[in-house]
Amino acid sequence: MATITAEQSDLEKKGIDLNRWDSPWLNPKFVIGAFMILLVVLIEIIGPVFWDVSMANTASAPLNLPPVWAEVTPGFGFGQPDLAHPLGTESNGRDMLALLIAATPRSLRVGLIAAGIGMTVGIILGFTAGFLGGWVDNLIRILSDAFITIPALAVLIVISAFVRQITIENMALLLALFAWPGPTRLIRAQVLSMREHGYVRMARLSGASSLDIMFKEMMPNLLPYLAASFTGNVSINILAATSLEALGLGPTRVPTLGMTIFYAIRAAAILRGMWWWWGFPILMLTVIFVGLFLMTVGLDEIANPRLRGAQAQ
Amino acid sequence: MSQPLLEIRDATKVYGGGFFQSSHQVVALQNFNLTIPAKPAKLTTIAGESGSGKTTLANAVLGFIGLTSGQILFQGHDIAGLDRQQVLAYRRQVQAVFQDPYAVYNPFYRVKHIFDLVIRNFKLAQKKQEARDMIEEALQVVGMRGEEVLEKYPHQLSGGQRQRMMVARAYLLKPSLIVADEPCSMVDASLRAMLLDIMMRLRDEYNISFLYITHDLSTAYQVGDEIYLLYQGAVAETGDTVKVIENPKHPYVQALIDSVPVPDPTQKWGTDIVLPDEEELRIQVDSGCRFYPRCPYRMDRCLVKQPPLYHIDGADHRAACYLYDDRPYDGDLSAP
Amino acid sequence: MIETQDAARRVQLDATTTQRPNNQDNVVLQVRDLRVHYSTPSGDVIAVNGITFDVYQGELIGLVGESGCGKTTAAMALLRLVQPPGRILDGQVVINGTDLLSLNEQELRQVRWRELALIPQGAMNSLNPVMRIKNQIADGIETHEGKQPPAALKERILKLLTMVGLPGRVYNMYPHELSGGMKQRVCIAMAIALNPSLIIADEPTSALDVIVQRIVAQTLLDVKKRLGVSMILIGHDMGLLAQLVDRIAVMYAGNIVEIAPVKEIFAEPLHPYTQLLIASIPSVKERKPLVITGGLTHDLRNPPPGCIFQLRCPYVMDICRQVTPPLRELRPNHYVACHLYEQE
Repeated sequence: MATITAEQSDLEKKGIDLNRWDSPWLNPKFVIGAFMILLVVLIEIIGPVFWDVSMANTASAPLNLPPVWAEVTPGFGFGQPDLAHPLGTESNGRDMLALLIAATPRSLRVGLIAAGIGMTVGIILGFTAGFLGGWVDNLIRILSDAFITIPALAVLIVISAFVRQITIENMALLLALFAWPGPTRLIRAQVLSMREHGYVRMARLSGASSLDIMFKEMMPNLLPYLAASFTGNVSINILAATSLEALGLGPTRVPTLGMTIFYAIRAAAILRGMWWWWGFPILMLTVIFVGLFLMTVGLDEIANPRLRGAQAQ
Repeated sequence: MSQPLLEIRDATKVYGGGFFQSSHQVVALQNFNLTIPAKPAKLTTIAGESGSGKTTLANAVLGFIGLTSGQILFQGHDIAGLDRQQVLAYRRQVQAVFQDPYAVYNPFYRVKHIFDLVIRNFKLAQKKQEARDMIEEALQVVGMRGEEVLEKYPHQLSGGQRQRMMVARAYLLKPSLIVADEPCSMVDASLRAMLLDIMMRLRDEYNISFLYITHDLSTAYQVGDEIYLLYQGAVAETGDTVKVIENPKHPYVQALIDSVPVPDPTQKWGTDIVLPDEEELRIQVDSGCRFYPRCPYRMDRCLVKQPPLYHIDGADHRAACYLYDDRPYDGDLSAP
Repeated sequence: MIETQDAARRVQLDATTTQRPNNQDNVVLQVRDLRVHYSTPSGDVIAVNGITFDVYQGELIGLVGESGCGKTTAAMALLRLVQPPGRILDGQVVINGTDLLSLNEQELRQVRWRELALIPQGAMNSLNPVMRIKNQIADGIETHEGKQPPAALKERILKLLTMVGLPGRVYNMYPHELSGGMKQRVCIAMAIALNPSLIIADEPTSALDVIVQRIVAQTLLDVKKRLGVSMILIGHDMGLLAQLVDRIAVMYAGNIVEIAPVKEIFAEPLHPYTQLLIASIPSVKERKPLVITGGLTHDLRNPPPGCIFQLRCPYVMDICRQVTPPLRELRPNHYVACHLYEQE
């Protein structure tokens, strides 16, 4: 009995902190990615404080001003760069900086809402399928597999063409229609493998109900996977949203990055050399995508064997 | 005569099969019978190698799988078709300790989670302090102290500690029966004795019966009261542990015990070993004795029907082999 | 003992033959002060703490210890198969005159499998599931000896299979068609394919049923006798080792604490840890009260100064806490590292 005491206090005496949640979440990729996304969120909060966001509306600034540092190419009919509009303006009189401040968070939000709905549905269906098995599982599996094979963009284009008034919110709902099969399959697969785990059997032996087992035993161990799947999903949905918008099927009342690109293309911005019109939105989209990608990869690393009891002796 | 604690009647479990796939049937358990009396507490060993059906039996007794035919009666009640409340009541009486001390802990929670689950679901305590006291008492029985281990994560404890905590958890419910499915096989040799000692103390001091499932005959010999030796789903030999192991009668059991390495270099294995032709290709005989392909004493009648359990020494020592067909057997109507 | 009436194959073995030459001429492997450390964020874990032993020609030496004592790490180190974060710090591993730790990768590959073969833990589960047995063994041979004429190769493989007691039809089979014992014997066949001087077998029978275990064990003995190959058998089942080996080396927390001929070590274990190990083995021959022992007691990153066993030793003295006892030859061929015997 004394020998066992010796083992415990030995380790404690050395002050070794064995709380393993510390190090794994400090994965550099995850942290950098999260930081980038945080920046985007901050833009929404802090941006309007420093800059007049109403300049994102049409006809609020002189047209076609290049950014302050740009050289004015003569003969294109551009105005003189003005410090009041450091990133330039476009053909409809919108100030680019105001546009970015207003539009970037919105693009992120579309992805977040769509992915959020998709994940929720995925969790419900995935757990049900994995846990109950039988015909329920078969039904859900067939449905989700079918949905994956449907070309989402084509269907979305058709549907959006019929929707009267597109807003950020109903665009997100539309996207959610195709955002749920992926998470469903992922969670179902995880649940199937976790179902046979020793601790699930133990929980059943301890009188736990099925819901208890799903949400108190399995779910916590799924969190890193779920988080990685979520950030990946947000990316995909932002891309889908931007694709729709670039085709002109996005909201017209509020500024979004995709619609900006649409206007830019429609106004032949590329031919006219107005790189600041389509360049800055693409830059912001890149920041969002790279940030989300890093977070996903980081979460993947966190989720994998390091945490999964591999620290057992 | 009071009701037996556990009674298994003609339990049979067949996997696969069905009308269209009869060639892929696997008979995991065949007409298995077992009785554990209510008093005094006994440690019954189910011994067998892989494929013997012992895990199937454990799962059936714990209610994880259903039988194809036959019954399992706990205190007279059939455990098939119970509703949720009844299952809970059953789990209160019958608990388990499993083989793998790593897999049975949820890595997300600290180890006290296993106790919290039990206390909460079975409503064992109303107040936190009451619960804490119960846990402390259970840990004491297995030789551990709460303050040293409860707040740790599973990976911070050794295999032996984890396994002992599992026994403490089972004990917490003060069950009548604990099914121990190979509790020692993944634990170091030096800790096996400790685990077995705990089990025996639980039996002697707290009247908890055990169904000890193992492939290790040495530990079975040390701790078991009664033993059932399974071969491919059927009982080969059964009876008082000492009698069976010291004087095995079934050819399979004889080969088995002969092959257990004796930790004494002066007592080596015999110099002749036999390699039967089809020895390891897992032949499944459709009828008759399952040991036929490997048996050095096989006869034609062995293929016809599975032999009944003949009484070698009263009901205390029985073997299923036609070599002893001059003795009375279970279900023998002509016996006096 | 079972007599058979059929024409079943009989393998006549004489399990008691053991030649244990003591003179230095017959040393196949010399290990001197081998050290292996694992780097962890909170310091080096000392897995193998300077072990020294010899293996003589034609002998089977058992390396026994509880899990975590470093025996598998030591086996891997002998073949330089230690993966990061582990690293071999120091030591010499001399086989037939060549120090393995001083060879470069090219030279080492020549020696591996030809002089020194390994049957790792769980080998039977590592057979390639999509290759027939014949191809797997042929692969091993041809990798080291170059392309072989097909007829000669086939005959050689069939002979190997016979040597491990497998029927000829295994030649064409896939691993999943074989049982555990048969797969393990295929691994043994692969290990002896190039006629090495030394085979290291890491827990060769741990996942097998009792009767099959005996067959595989007897196969190892048979192979040893016929080929005159030396073996290091790593295990934790003292009962099995009692039946198989000629000498036993006992390891505790990275150190070898006792080496002795198997009969001596069972009749009179000298080191307190060995005594504890032997006392706690259950047997099917006699029913005795169980002896309870503890487990590993210290943090492998920070071993206590002095004897490694001090925290668990029933005979611990002051000197044990300060000075590490050296592994000394107390009796002919019987080495112990314990202060109890240092006074002699």
